[in-house]
Amino acid sequence: MTTRVVTITSGKGGVGKTTTTANLAASLAQAGKRVVAIDADIGLRNLDVVLGLENRIVYDIVDVVEGRCRLRQALIRDKRLPDLNLLPAAQTRDKSAVRPDQMIHLVEQLYNDFDFVLIDSPAGIEQGFRNAIAPAKEILIVTTPEVSAVRDADRIIGLIEAEGKGPGRLILNRIKPDLVKRGDMLDTHDVLDILAIELIGIVPEDESIVVSTNKGVPIVMNGATPAGVAYRNIARRLLGEEVPFQVLKTTHPGLLDRLFRFARGQG
Amino acid sequence: MSFLDRLFGQETRSKDIAKQRLQLVLVHDRAGIPAALIELIKDEIIQVISKHLEIDREAMEVNLTVAEKGQNRLVADIPIIHVKEPYGT
Repeated sequence: MTTRVVTITSGKGGVGKTTTTANLAASLAQAGKRVVAIDADIGLRNLDVVLGLENRIVYDIVDVVEGRCRLRQALIRDKRLPDLNLLPAAQTRDKSAVRPDQMIHLVEQLYNDFDFVLIDSPAGIEQGFRNAIAPAKEILIVTTPEVSAVRDADRIIGLIEAEGKGPGRLILNRIKPDLVKRGDMLDTHDVLDILAIELIGIVPEDESIVVSTNKGVPIVMNGATPAGVAYRNIARRLLGEEVPFQVLKTTHPGLLDRLFRFARGQG
Repeated sequence: MSFLDRLFGQETRSKDIAKQRLQLVLVHDRAGIPAALIELIKDEIIQVISKHLEIDREAMEVNLTVAEKGQNRLVADIPIIHVKEPYGT
């Protein structure tokens, strides 16, 4: 069984890389896969709080790279999901504390003992990003349907291809179906038209993400919310299952919907 | 906007503006050719052509586009007002 190394990146900050990494890691662990989630955002550690594991950190990735502990000692096993492990970023250092070759070496030590290594990339295109993609065998690009995020995603796709890591697959995050319906938000078709890469997931904007992040419980551990279902579907697609893309629901039915419902006698 | 306006597309939807802006900015990003360089080229084209032809500078357009197969192209559309001496009639 070969270990799959998947880096989640975006270029622009705040589009949902960390939330995506946390939920895919949890979802894959729920499916019985042995998972390590690595926070590569050194200096701006966040994956630990999104996963709710911040109180259990003893060592971090820089401690491993600088030889203060063994890799296994730094891994935090999630008690809720024993197949889920976190390698936290250092908070007191910066991106230059780790080099791409060290990242490759570190990830190689996880080969064979784990099914998936998910790497949460920092925003930007500098060394932190280079570190995150160096060990990657697959790349997921997260974007939101906004001009700035799609532009940055396009740049990232170009850089990934230049590194021979392409083409990567796209997660379109935080879609607001009501805005799309009004013609006030780029839809999946528009974004794919522009970026021309394979789609692996569409995640609707979902307030329960805020609640789940407040609690430190990934949304996939929390019943059937729209975003949770979307993340679970992405995990299933990663595992090779063919899962049809969901039609996102709008809160206010349009005239045609209402007419259909009326015609069917459902008012 | 009413349903009928929308149906007949009488108003530009903001997502269409977003898409158009994105496509334009990405042409420059992908080619690694900044808009300022195109402006410079445009000015120099005007200088060369103006020696021989009087052109409509306001209506002139020089744009970077991506043709099929991803090749970058510089497309110039230069309206001629008339030919200058000694070739003019």
